[in-house]
Amino acid sequence: MKILVCISNVPDTTSKINFTDGDTKFDTNGVQFVINPNDEFGLTRAMWFKEKQGAAVHVATVGGAQTEPTIRKALAIGADEAIRINAEPTDGFFVARQLAEVAKNGGYDLVIAGRESIDYNGGMVPGILATLLGMNFVNTCIGLEIDGSNATAIREIDGGKETIGTSLPLVIGGQKGLVEESDLRIPNMRGIMMARKKALNVVEPIDAPSMTADSSFEKPAAKGPVKLVDASNIDELVNLLHNEAKVI
Amino acid sequence: MSVLVYTESEKGNFKKSAFEAVSYAYEVARQLGETVTAVAINAGDASPLGTYGASKVLHISNDQLSNFNAYAYATAIAAAATLENAKTIIVSSSADSKYLSGILAAKLNAGYVPNVVAAPESTAPFKVKRTAFSNKGFAHTEITADTKIIGVSNNAFGIVENATTAEVSDFAPDLTDGDFGTKSLEVDKVVGKATIADADVVVSAGRGLKGPENWGMVEELADILGAATACSKPVSDLGWRPHGEHVGQTGKPVASNLYIAIGISGAIQHLAGVSASKTKVVINNDPEAPFFKAADYGVVGDAFEVVPKLIEKLKEFKAQNA
Repeated sequence: MKILVCISNVPDTTSKINFTDGDTKFDTNGVQFVINPNDEFGLTRAMWFKEKQGAAVHVATVGGAQTEPTIRKALAIGADEAIRINAEPTDGFFVARQLAEVAKNGGYDLVIAGRESIDYNGGMVPGILATLLGMNFVNTCIGLEIDGSNATAIREIDGGKETIGTSLPLVIGGQKGLVEESDLRIPNMRGIMMARKKALNVVEPIDAPSMTADSSFEKPAAKGPVKLVDASNIDELVNLLHNEAKVI
Repeated sequence: MSVLVYTESEKGNFKKSAFEAVSYAYEVARQLGETVTAVAINAGDASPLGTYGASKVLHISNDQLSNFNAYAYATAIAAAATLENAKTIIVSSSADSKYLSGILAAKLNAGYVPNVVAAPESTAPFKVKRTAFSNKGFAHTEITADTKIIGVSNNAFGIVENATTAEVSDFAPDLTDGDFGTKSLEVDKVVGKATIADADVVVSAGRGLKGPENWGMVEELADILGAATACSKPVSDLGWRPHGEHVGQTGKPVASNLYIAIGISGAIQHLAGVSASKTKVVINNDPEAPFFKAADYGVVGDAFEVVPKLIEKLKEFKAQNA
């Protein structure tokens, strides 16, 4: 089995978000970049398939040279090979078109992407990718077993979960739950040393349009001070929620 | 031309988010000088959509679609868009709608923008405001493609009545075997309980509760308020509560009218995930907890004393206002 894990290079979850150039760009100053958490759950599941079922695992990202530390980390975790598509990811459609090209040429049985990146939150890459490739697709995937060419996936739905039977080739949109948080791996020294010798192939993008463009950004309006209610006066809290906030 | 809106239903009843999506579609149609056509699948009585501004409903009755199937549903919606010559398509932000939207965007070669929180700022260029950076910011996004798909955030634009008479007609799109490459084997869903996605009120608790055995009072408080229960990331990582209850940056976003956080300190990732909630209440024994800076109302106190008291007071309130 050949697996492609698509990786987005995103600000660490603890990052404070600021904008620059007249609020037209994300300010990367002082921001630590990491593997998108939704992708990392998928990468970790791919490592399981590698170790238990002998799968080959490749990773791909769309981004400039500055994304290489993130993709090297994926290699240090255990991916066999990496592909960097040398282009700025302008929107989800553009990214999906680039990844589809790589996936088509590589003949993968399973393509794993995160359900969304935690920065631009487009949430469309796995769905567009699956459609362009003509592969089966399970989004918000929190469980995946593969037996030959048959796959059983669990997806999170609003208020519960659904078990889905499908077959390879398959695209999944991964997220938390696909593996346990405690299964996530921190690269060890041996992994880091080995990652230096693994192939990181840089390919040029294909011609593809963007369908959307972020023209500006803003931060949420500052919140007014909290209204404190004394713990011995919960009547007052009920009163405020009813008469002031009008939410009960 | 018409603005097409996909209206989700469950067991023959429209979801609240369907009415919000139609309300939004009506506003977009007003700006564009068009009308609203809704597409509904196995929905029972489709006429209520008129209340919110749909003048036409394409109703699909098909046993093959009794379980949600993203490809097949996207194929059906794409066929409806072609029939109506619709260039603007509105969907909601449910798990199902997000699942099918990428497929729909690829089929229609469309620009898709999810998590939209307000009416379009302009229609030429077509520009919308959406959340980005997992609710830590907003983006003003232009859709440059001819065909546009807008995913409306829950509980942001709101449900607006635009009394219209909806003319309902049957629609039978062509579906092929290729649309059914995935099969639903089992659905495991709590019935009769509000979900985090749809609930007006969400009651959430964190590590301050000390252990899973103490969730009884959280459930009780949620029951009284008709609320969904949720939890912080450490609580789901520890296995005290299921992953599906984790709200925050890597969990689910919350956009309820009321969010009550019990024993949750308020890490930046958690606050991002719940920032779209309109009124936030925090109960925490640490007055320095960061959540107090993000909340509207706060109680500094021991959750094991405050929550039972709140339950008692809410019961009294309910009895008086029944």
